Amino acid sequence: MRLTLKIWRQSDADATGTMVGYQVDDADEDMSFLELLDVLNEKLILSGDEPVAFDHDCREGICGSCSMVINGHPHGPQKATTACQLHLRHFRDGETITIEPWRAAAFPVIKDLVVDRSAFDRIIQAGGYVSVPTGAAPDAHATPVPKVHADRAFTAAACIGCGACVAACPNGSGSLFLGAKITHLGELPQGQPERDGRVVRMVEQHDAEGFGGCTNTGTCTVSCPKEIPLDVISQLNHDYIAATSGRGRSA
Amino acid sequence: MYSDFTIGDPVVDTAAPEGPIEDRWEKRRFGVKLVNPANKRKMKIIVVGTGLAGGSAAATLAEAGYQVASFCYQDSPRRAHSIAAQGGINAAKNYRNDGDSVQRLFYDTVKGGDFRARESNVHRLAEVSVQIIDQCVAQGVPFAREYGGLLDNRSFGGVQVSRTFYAKGQTGQQLLLGAYQALERQIDAGRVEMHSRHEMLELVVVDGRARGIVARDLVTGEIETHLADAVVLASGGYGNVFYLSTNAKGCNVTASWRAHRKGALFANPCFTQIHPTCIPVSGDHQSKLTLMSESLRNDGRIWVPKEMGDLRPPQEIPEDERDYFLERQYPAFGNLVPRDIASRAAKNVCDAKRGVGPSGLGVYLDFADIIERTGRDAVAAKYGNLFEMYERITGEDPYTTPMRIFPAVHYTMGGLWVDYDLQSTIPGMFVVGEANFSDHGANRLGASALMQGLADGYFVLPVTIGDYLASNHLEPVDPDAPEVGEARKTVDDRIRKLLSIDGTRTVDSFHRELGHIMWDYCGMERTEDGLRKALDLIAELRREFWRTVKVPGSAATLNQSLEKAGRVADFLELGELMCLDALHRNESCGCHFRAESQTEDHEAKRDDENFGYVAAWEYAGAGEPPVLHKEDLNFSYVHPSQRSYK
Repeated sequence: MRLTLKIWRQSDADATGTMVGYQVDDADEDMSFLELLDVLNEKLILSGDEPVAFDHDCREGICGSCSMVINGHPHGPQKATTACQLHLRHFRDGETITIEPWRAAAFPVIKDLVVDRSAFDRIIQAGGYVSVPTGAAPDAHATPVPKVHADRAFTAAACIGCGACVAACPNGSGSLFLGAKITHLGELPQGQPERDGRVVRMVEQHDAEGFGGCTNTGTCTVSCPKEIPLDVISQLNHDYIAATSGRGRSA
Repeated sequence: MYSDFTIGDPVVDTAAPEGPIEDRWEKRRFGVKLVNPANKRKMKIIVVGTGLAGGSAAATLAEAGYQVASFCYQDSPRRAHSIAAQGGINAAKNYRNDGDSVQRLFYDTVKGGDFRARESNVHRLAEVSVQIIDQCVAQGVPFAREYGGLLDNRSFGGVQVSRTFYAKGQTGQQLLLGAYQALERQIDAGRVEMHSRHEMLELVVVDGRARGIVARDLVTGEIETHLADAVVLASGGYGNVFYLSTNAKGCNVTASWRAHRKGALFANPCFTQIHPTCIPVSGDHQSKLTLMSESLRNDGRIWVPKEMGDLRPPQEIPEDERDYFLERQYPAFGNLVPRDIASRAAKNVCDAKRGVGPSGLGVYLDFADIIERTGRDAVAAKYGNLFEMYERITGEDPYTTPMRIFPAVHYTMGGLWVDYDLQSTIPGMFVVGEANFSDHGANRLGASALMQGLADGYFVLPVTIGDYLASNHLEPVDPDAPEVGEARKTVDDRIRKLLSIDGTRTVDSFHRELGHIMWDYCGMERTEDGLRKALDLIAELRREFWRTVKVPGSAATLNQSLEKAGRVADFLELGELMCLDALHRNESCGCHFRAESQTEDHEAKRDDENFGYVAAWEYAGAGEPPVLHKEDLNFSYVHPSQRSYK
């Protein structure tokens, strides 16, 4: 396959970036999208240019490192697929493809396609855990968890923290990411004691990081490679209102 | 440079307690000196790596009151490669009442490792396994459950009980997020200083003790010194020496290798696990291989056509023209034989030209029977995400067409030598998780890596490291000490050298070539001639690397080519040691199959009399033959026998 790539190049956080065009003549439809960038980078290195910097690691859709907007879609056009698992068989020979970094105030660009997502870590630091130090936990069967709750918790916990939801959102909101953690822990008995405090602190941190508010456009869930459902945001709002209106369990 | 080696003194695990095996861990726990809580606050521990072992260790040490500095090369500790583990985690809970026990998990693991692991360590692992599940459930890890609300289990290769706990095909992710969240809680509490996008490039050893690391900030390029009272390496395995593996692209041996060069022994480097169920290579562009969870072997049936060169689509091959070769050769365990055996069997049918797919390097993993028996929905509930992943990568639908799979490098049982306390031969440097060699012998059973990583990090290291800290009065290290300066200089010089060569070949091209050599000669089947050839080829490739590699850009910025160059330079040294280890071990055991040592029916033939030891290698300086130290293995509880899964 022959592809034209238009890629965001930015030498560092303070530089002004620009779109630069490249040609790859020997792409193969069985290549993954990141392998296409590998091929391009090998050429760039040999011709004395700097290769395109991009985050990637597991290349099997679970670490959440890869983060690029392909033809206007975070992770590209294929549903429920990270960029590393997107294959070129979904593109046409001769096509021009644009590749940009995540665009969001809370995710500043570090270089080329690499952005700083440490804001997500700080949201988790604000309460995205159950406070159980390592030690003598009760037997795992001591507290049965109804399967529907366990399954919903798992569905929410499947979030890979990639940030596609933020990149897709016109408001740059991190509500899907935040709602996923709130739902995961709120759905389990182990998460109850800290449920109210957790949601209040995590929402405060989310806002302090510069993420926007949610206006229910739903673009986040459409872009999510793990298909985290939109109802985690309803859950987030529900829990937040319960915690701040004095109706919370541990308020 | 490693065409030869010398033999040094035997190595002895002085920390291992004696007495009845079921009392040893209790005895050690009682025997350790404790650090008083007020003193813990003054002590600093560096933890390199944030996977299951490193993340759980850093969180637990911080909870205990130590000051912790945690490092990972990824942008967030949540992305460490433990996240990609699919199938599950073993624990001897016996929730199924199917006869499981600590004793049985211990037995299965020693046997599965083909009698090349330490009994004491494995027994402790089996004991601790039970606590791990309790801890993770308390953290909110959403394991799969049954309608009654209790935890579900599945079975895994090499085992006849159901002791594997799982969260769909994302068990590693859920366990890692549990450890990550515990770690983030400690960061919030100010007890862990987190250094993401940092890579350890050198160990600082002062007065013979590990006292810190030199790390590079991967964003600014700054070289930093971090000093501490003890250093924990949790930097994972080295499967990427093969270039293509199921490891993440960034996984590397650099932290371990730099420590090896500073005096830490490297044990059993040739023990690398080739996982039977991975998606076959599709072309030269391939950058990594994707695992399909071993749990699929519970319900999928593995077969190839009976006839050579049968090119019909799988659906058109009638039942009696198929060879379900694992069920035929190993009727007792069938498709659930251990990984080493399943991989070699697949290789053998492909060598006999009965492999499938465009390259002929593949076998079918067929779900037609289970779909017919339980329905598509039941199969989707169990394996849905794995089936989707397969379809995304290959463009084929496994509900209607059998998967094609082939073995791929997955895990390294070898690693830095540690004693029962998980301490390396450099005092003050501890090694946990895949980075150490300790518990899996010559072959790891499925769902045991997660168990070992978390056992080390949550329950073993936090006890044993305290003994070291309480027993040694450590003065603060002067940041201007000559040892610190020398470590920094090593790092600076190497970076300068890599950037200055400005040759004609990319780092990746060297890495690929090294991978081919390792796969061809130090892969699923090894011979003396092949290994000798590999030793020559690697030495030549390494010389060429230092003459002609091209690393663009500068050291003062994010430079992914420079990061890769340093890692590949270390792989080029490790590869030689692996081949030498494989060459010297003139027996077959577990994953290490020497063609010269096989039984009449082509199974691995161990030589306990001559090779019943751990091979712990000492670095003797550039160009010098390494020194082999042997640690004899004694089996008092599980008596070595020819492994049989028939």
